[in-house]
Amino acid sequence: MISLAGRDILHSWGKFVLTGMGLGLLIGVTLTMAGVYRGMVDDARALLNNSGADLWVVQQGTQGPYAESSSLRDDTVRSVLGLPGVARAANVTYLTMQVRRASAGDGAPSSDNDDVRAMVVGFEPGQPGEPGYLVEGRHVTRSHYEAVADVRTGFALGERIRIRRHDYTVVGLTRRMVSSGGDPMVFIPLKDAQEAQFLKDNDAIVNERARTAANPSLNRPGVPGLLEAIQASQANNRNVNAILVQVQPGMDAGLSADTVAETVRRWKHLEAYTRAQMEEILVAKLIATSARQIGMFLVILAIVSAAIVAFIIYTMTLGKIREIAVLKLIGTRNRTIAGMILQQALGLGLIGFIVGKVAATFWAPIFPKYVLLEVNDALLGFLAVMVICALASTLAIRAALAVDPAAAIGG
Amino acid sequence: MSEAGIRIEGLRKRYGEGDTAVDALKDVNMVVAPGEVVGLIGPSGSGKSTLLKCLGAVIEPTAGRMILGGQTIYDDGWKIPDLRALRRDSIGFVFQAPYLIPFLDVTDNVALLPMLAGRPNGEARARALELLTALDVGHRATAQPSELSGGEQQRVSIARALANRPPVILADEPTAPLDSERALAVVRILNQMATQYHTAIIVVTHDEKIIPTFKRIYHIRDGRTEEEAGQGLSL
Repeated sequence: MISLAGRDILHSWGKFVLTGMGLGLLIGVTLTMAGVYRGMVDDARALLNNSGADLWVVQQGTQGPYAESSSLRDDTVRSVLGLPGVARAANVTYLTMQVRRASAGDGAPSSDNDDVRAMVVGFEPGQPGEPGYLVEGRHVTRSHYEAVADVRTGFALGERIRIRRHDYTVVGLTRRMVSSGGDPMVFIPLKDAQEAQFLKDNDAIVNERARTAANPSLNRPGVPGLLEAIQASQANNRNVNAILVQVQPGMDAGLSADTVAETVRRWKHLEAYTRAQMEEILVAKLIATSARQIGMFLVILAIVSAAIVAFIIYTMTLGKIREIAVLKLIGTRNRTIAGMILQQALGLGLIGFIVGKVAATFWAPIFPKYVLLEVNDALLGFLAVMVICALASTLAIRAALAVDPAAAIGG
Repeated sequence: MSEAGIRIEGLRKRYGEGDTAVDALKDVNMVVAPGEVVGLIGPSGSGKSTLLKCLGAVIEPTAGRMILGGQTIYDDGWKIPDLRALRRDSIGFVFQAPYLIPFLDVTDNVALLPMLAGRPNGEARARALELLTALDVGHRATAQPSELSGGEQQRVSIARALANRPPVILADEPTAPLDSERALAVVRILNQMATQYHTAIIVVTHDEKIIPTFKRIYHIRDGRTEEEAGQGLSL
């Protein structure tokens, strides 16, 4: 038996392919939306992986440093280092800001287009928090004014960038170092980051100094150097956002991290999160609203796709009512006619899926944020498209089965 | 009269019930022998289409008896169980417009019926080619229906009607869209096929050009048939 659906598709392949392409673009958008969600989750996991930590120690009562602000004194790290089970611990700061390319040597101001939204990470070289690997250049070796940037910032090796009032030289480039929001990271030495994070403007510093000098208890005539010491302490920042902790190797990682976290909470009056807990905060809380938003889009796109397929197949079937009546009159089984319509709907879905998958694959890298197209999502999407097409064809099948074979005779 | 062909006795068809009931067919009696072509003519609303639908097994008569190809298909309330298979195997249809399936080529339009009846594709296509050649459209076997002239399309539709070697062919105004020459050619073909394949053919028509060619004509008026001899002009 010949394939009626196949022959019909071949007969009007232009219309069919164009319709499939239109549907495909819609499916491409759907797959991309799923990819955006996967990208957000992957960004969050990459952030945790790249930090190289087993444990995040943050301010008590907060879910920092990514989901909430957290502030710790930078000498807290020493007491954490002394806890049993802790192999390494390091301070780290995170600050999301606009990072500019430094102005050219001729004094021309940099344009607004040179701004890059980035997460500036203050880290201690050789400690947890350092970028895991470089694709070009070298790690930060100096104490000040060197930076390693993610390639998505667009900064080039050797380029000068400005963070607050200082210029930094990009000495290394890394990849897939992004914040949970997808902003690329710029790594600078911890001291510079602390200054940048808590830096006051010049007027505020002058006012603060004048206020301190005017306070007789802080500016005693008989105590030389007191005023300078107080002013120096006011100009410095000794805070960090979190302490990244690596537990001792060779132990059960989960158990060890849990044990150390419990010790930190009990004795140090701090909050400590294990890798699993931090992932829960990032994925289930920080991007939960975005995930629901994307989920709503997916549902709407699925409904729109179903409506389009149903409309197209129904219209195509109505255009063949006379032929269907003739087919029924000459003895074609209902299931053969239903099968023809179902196969056409599935064929349309198949074309649409292929077009959509190819389109999504091509345009995903152009998106400003990471779009992760997973094979499992594609398979799930393919099944969903087939189910939607099959369901959408029922309207047309009902219309076709309701055709009276007597309609072919007329009268 | 052989048992094959068409035999209709006291056929009635009523639409609706009670005060709104309409008797479309009141007393139809017909006999068409195998190899014979008869005309069925009548004014609009006389019941021609209803009779054709009863004969085509797409609507059920209210009463009477209907025998097609020696097989009783309706007898006062009893009907053959599988009307779809009956239409496929025992009745050929030729319509006013050819109604070829536009997405199948000429051969597959004809071969579709044997395929639906379970014949292998090769056998069905060989049968189609044989018929197309007999009807002088064998050279268009691979063409699409849209590439054929009106006369060629009608010949393909006749080939399709003959594809399963049915004992009965029902032709509904088969010459309406054709000029005199082509209309007479179609009737000539129907007569040849009736003789060659021993098929009983009923041609429903208003076409004055072809009415004189029938040897027997059934007039249908107010749901009743009357038989009369036709001129039987030579083709």
